[in-house]
Amino acid sequence: MNFVEHVAKERALAPAGVPVPRGILCKTPEAAAEAFEKLGPCMVKAQAPTGKRGKAGGIKPAFSAKEAHDLAAAILGMTIDGHLVGSVLLEERAGIAREFYAVVLNDAKSKSPLVLFSTEGGMDIEEAAATRPDALKHWSVDLAQGFGVAEARAMTEGLDLSGADDQIAQILAALYQISSALDAELIEINPLALLTDGRVVALDCKLTLDDSAAFRQGDLSAAAAPETMSVLEQDGYDSGLKFIQLDGNVGVLANGAGLTMTTMDVISHFGGRPANFLEIGGEAYTKSETALRLVLANPGVKSLVVNFCGAFARTDVMAEGVVAAWRKLKPSVPVFFSIHGTGEDDAVRIVREGLGIEPFDFMEDAVKAAVGAAQ
Amino acid sequence: MIIYRRHGRVLVQGITGKQGTFWTEKMISCGTQVVAGVNPKRAGQTHIGVPVYATAKEAMAETPFDIAVMFIPPSAARDAALDAIEAGAKTVVILTEHIPARDVMAIHHAARENSVQIIGPNTAGVVTPGEGFVGIMPGHNQNIFQPGTVGVISRSGSLGTLVCLNLTRAGIGQSAFLGIGGDPMIGTTTRDALIALDKDAGTDAVVLVGEIGGAMEEAAAEYAASMAKPVVSFIAGRASPPGKKMGHAGAIVLGDAGSYPSKRKALEAAGVIVADTPSEISDLLLQQIEARFPSADLANAEGWN
Repeated sequence: MNFVEHVAKERALAPAGVPVPRGILCKTPEAAAEAFEKLGPCMVKAQAPTGKRGKAGGIKPAFSAKEAHDLAAAILGMTIDGHLVGSVLLEERAGIAREFYAVVLNDAKSKSPLVLFSTEGGMDIEEAAATRPDALKHWSVDLAQGFGVAEARAMTEGLDLSGADDQIAQILAALYQISSALDAELIEINPLALLTDGRVVALDCKLTLDDSAAFRQGDLSAAAAPETMSVLEQDGYDSGLKFIQLDGNVGVLANGAGLTMTTMDVISHFGGRPANFLEIGGEAYTKSETALRLVLANPGVKSLVVNFCGAFARTDVMAEGVVAAWRKLKPSVPVFFSIHGTGEDDAVRIVREGLGIEPFDFMEDAVKAAVGAAQ
Repeated sequence: MIIYRRHGRVLVQGITGKQGTFWTEKMISCGTQVVAGVNPKRAGQTHIGVPVYATAKEAMAETPFDIAVMFIPPSAARDAALDAIEAGAKTVVILTEHIPARDVMAIHHAARENSVQIIGPNTAGVVTPGEGFVGIMPGHNQNIFQPGTVGVISRSGSLGTLVCLNLTRAGIGQSAFLGIGGDPMIGTTTRDALIALDKDAGTDAVVLVGEIGGAMEEAAAEYAASMAKPVVSFIAGRASPPGKKMGHAGAIVLGDAGSYPSKRKALEAAGVIVADTPSEISDLLLQQIEARFPSADLANAEGWN
């Protein structure tokens, strides 16, 4: 789950002692004008969990209360990268001497936390890494050793930090503490600014928490930015199903992420277009009734492939759910089955007796039939 | 251990639960040597004929085991894995999905310190047809798994099952099925599994079933380039939209990284044949085997060389 900038600053950075500019969150243009009176010249920043705010015109400087008011009026209600902007953060402006970059993330390759720091902040980090590789330092954290000020100093050794070495080491150590304490998948400060008065402050913050750890993060997940989901996707999410709506016409109901993706691939291979991704594998395999309702509620669906290959998931349990749901919903679209794996004999019998449909022996044949029926 | 052998003694953590019971019975019926189980509340009892201990350490003291397999919910997975690692397990098979990443990193760290092989998390386990299986695969279903000489690697359990089923229907038996898991941080990578099958004397060819996301197929391709045994691959997710997690936490394409074209290009550059659909795998494999082992008896699944 992702967080907007002001939540990341307030709930993650500030409590850990990472300095942030003085700021006021505003939900109306009037509030923005009032905030200007307290802050003076400031930045008006759209609060949306995306890195495309600046390019979309969601971050602008204000030099008067009227300007703050008008900018807030223009930015509030914008949709940036699919996110509706419901608030703006007004932050005091300060003279910037240099911009750095810092991040702590979970690295799949080393299976450890990874700290990155670059003296080239303010731009895309991939771009910075490509143009100035010498400015970028890595530190793969040994979990037994941790990552404190000493490790941070060792990591940034050799870089010219304009005398801000101690402040930066403190901030890097604090970032690591935050990432452990909050189960952050990623916490990034870009830019981390050295001000003309010598202070180092986080001008922006991106925070992504590990969804799997939400159970132990108290009320923090309630402060997450809402996902951009369609009504059906939200419905699936609320039922504990991973449903992604696509623009095709062949509905997909399969178990397991790998088999579901493959079913979509085969639909596309035979010239069809998949209407959705919907996985009912793992613990969700008993939810085929809810799953079928979601797939059929997608208005584009002209035919349906049900592709089960049971390993953990029992195909008889899934087939029973589909047959029960089919009788209840009485859909008019044609459906094509392929069923194999755990419980397959019972599952084939349930479909045959319940719906009078004979499953295909190969998934490719079920898919071909469904693609043909959708045209 | 990455490839299961029957002399491998198995401990089942969470043996008394519904799934633990169901799959332990399947494993035993398939020939797997299940020697002990763990449930702190049922220590001292026997469950489906298997002695139950409070911890993996206590089990090790009385009934030594080599492999631990976990039927444990995400919030308790870290402690269970550390218990098995500290007890001296050689391999820990972690079936659990949605373990917090921080806990997964702690498990991998302890495994490195103690030289323990982790398989998973979020794996369906491993099958050696004719010997047994460890995990939640239909290893007991002879329509799907038959002994033979083709090794299969898969991140996904359901897709791996389909691929083995297709091989068996084409008369091609399997030396081993290695489910490695759908998580982004897994203990046994595609490359590790490929190396294990390359070194396995009972394996003549490999089917590598990958999916979009991460860079594991690219890393495996580097190794595949050095192999004499033929490798045929299928990569799931060609038709998936970018920027979305496709069910598996690891199956996400961000920019070029983890994309279908990147993986296919790397594999083909290494001489791996990439199938467009799962049912093409068997034919491509037979062509490869025929080309490299001209005297092979293709009707007989056993022994091409």
